[in-house]
Amino acid sequence: MDTVTALVEWFTVPMRFEFVQRALLVSVVAGLVCAVLSCWMTLVGWSLMGDAVSHAVLPGVVLSYMFGLPFALGALVFGAGSVALIGVVNRTSRVKEDAVIGVVFTALFALGLVLVSRVPSQTDLSHILFGNVLGVSDTDILQVLILAAVVLAVVWYKHRDLTMYAFDPVHAHAIGVNPRLLETLLLGLLSVTVVVALQAVGIILVVAMVIIPGATAYLLTDRFERMLLIAMAVSVVASLTGVFTSFHLNVSTGGCIVLAQAALFTLSYLFSPRQGVLWRGRTARALRNRS
Amino acid sequence: MDTAIEVQGVTVRYGDVLALDDVSVSVRAGRVCGLLGMNGSGKSTLFKTVLGLVAPDRGRVRVKGLKSAAARRKGLIGYVPQSEQVDWAFPVRVRDVVMMGRYGHMGRRRRPRPADREAVDHALARTDLTDLADRQIGALSGGQRKRAFVARAIAQNADVLLLDEPFAGVDKRSEATITDLLRQLRRAGHTLLVSTHDLSQVPALCDEALLLQGRVIAHGTPEQVLEPDVLLEAFGIHTTEGTPWTR
Repeated sequence: MDTVTALVEWFTVPMRFEFVQRALLVSVVAGLVCAVLSCWMTLVGWSLMGDAVSHAVLPGVVLSYMFGLPFALGALVFGAGSVALIGVVNRTSRVKEDAVIGVVFTALFALGLVLVSRVPSQTDLSHILFGNVLGVSDTDILQVLILAAVVLAVVWYKHRDLTMYAFDPVHAHAIGVNPRLLETLLLGLLSVTVVVALQAVGIILVVAMVIIPGATAYLLTDRFERMLLIAMAVSVVASLTGVFTSFHLNVSTGGCIVLAQAALFTLSYLFSPRQGVLWRGRTARALRNRS
Repeated sequence: MDTAIEVQGVTVRYGDVLALDDVSVSVRAGRVCGLLGMNGSGKSTLFKTVLGLVAPDRGRVRVKGLKSAAARRKGLIGYVPQSEQVDWAFPVRVRDVVMMGRYGHMGRRRRPRPADREAVDHALARTDLTDLADRQIGALSGGQRKRAFVARAIAQNADVLLLDEPFAGVDKRSEATITDLLRQLRRAGHTLLVSTHDLSQVPALCDEALLLQGRVIAHGTPEQVLEPDVLLEAFGIHTTEGTPWTR
């Protein structure tokens, strides 16, 4: 009985604090949106793109603070701008895409670092880089909710086209649907999602939020609809676990959320019914022994 | 007048490389044209040009009398990709892939209506995949995979089908099944452009053949094009690179 009480209190005690409730709201909403997008990111193979966009928003965030604008505005401009810049340099030079991505996002990140060091102290670099979900303001929450709703609505409306693009862009082209437009749409969604997620875990760890849930779900199912649901479940569980753990241990919230995601990924990597490395090893041995 | 695919004086350059040199082909409706040539002979480029993925530097392309873009919007062009271009681990079922053939006929959200489901069921039945419809696309054999993409083109109701190496990675029995299926489509009035470097199915499948090596080396009946002299003319200078054909 004591352990049950302790367990219940483990959840209820932090909930008495308003800042915990707000952190949970932001983390879960960000987790949901990231999870949805992560399914396409995993299938298209855009983890590096996610990393790039998240780092490239730094100067946008800093400039927003400088001019007293909502941080999402600057972040969106630089997120989308970095994607456009990557596309242009990639098409107009012989440098390969991953190198272009590497050049563009590090350059923009560096610009952000330089700007931060010129700005008065109200912008705290470590909060932007590592997240500050326990201290989110009302405007932050409002921005997160609006952007999350926009992403989810667009995805709900266009999910079949996005999956067709991820699976076979040439077929999309052949039936008169412009794959370039779908790619742009997906990159735009990625930019917005990154802005949502960096409230929860900070710039550095955003890429985890838009990759790990999808990658975890991919190991567990062969059906896209189930992959979406599993990714969302993984992400929400990780957000809850992360926030509560970080409260009790007094450690980084973003770090805890991503660690929880990584733990869930590891479990599915090892124990997935069909893809788990443990069973696969055993099946291979069984087959060898039989023959 | 009932020319399904018309390529007129098409030249395509990639930088300094001349991929297609003044290529002209016309394929009448309801015929199967085999597109033969080695790797790098321009087969893929010709496909891409017909699909509108590559804009020719010179010349023009018409599909059913329309520019490629207009033909694509009308859903006239069905594309069956090469195996290497497909992500076989992608979490879609055979039925989902075939349904993508219907997307051009649907509204913006691509929500299937009863007519779309019927078309998919019909396409699955014609390709003998009904029992496998709920399998993940990669859980099929080589021949079944090809048929799934042909089913997508059937569901699309495409008049003109472009098939990129449909016999690659397919065993002998499935080759015959695919040839059978394609001949049925031809009888139903579809026009097929089939690129292949496997000559064994060409006489059974194709009404005509086109031998490509940057330019058109020969265009005629399979017998005419597969003449040893013609093949030698096309590939004689390349014999040091080994035989271009897998028989």
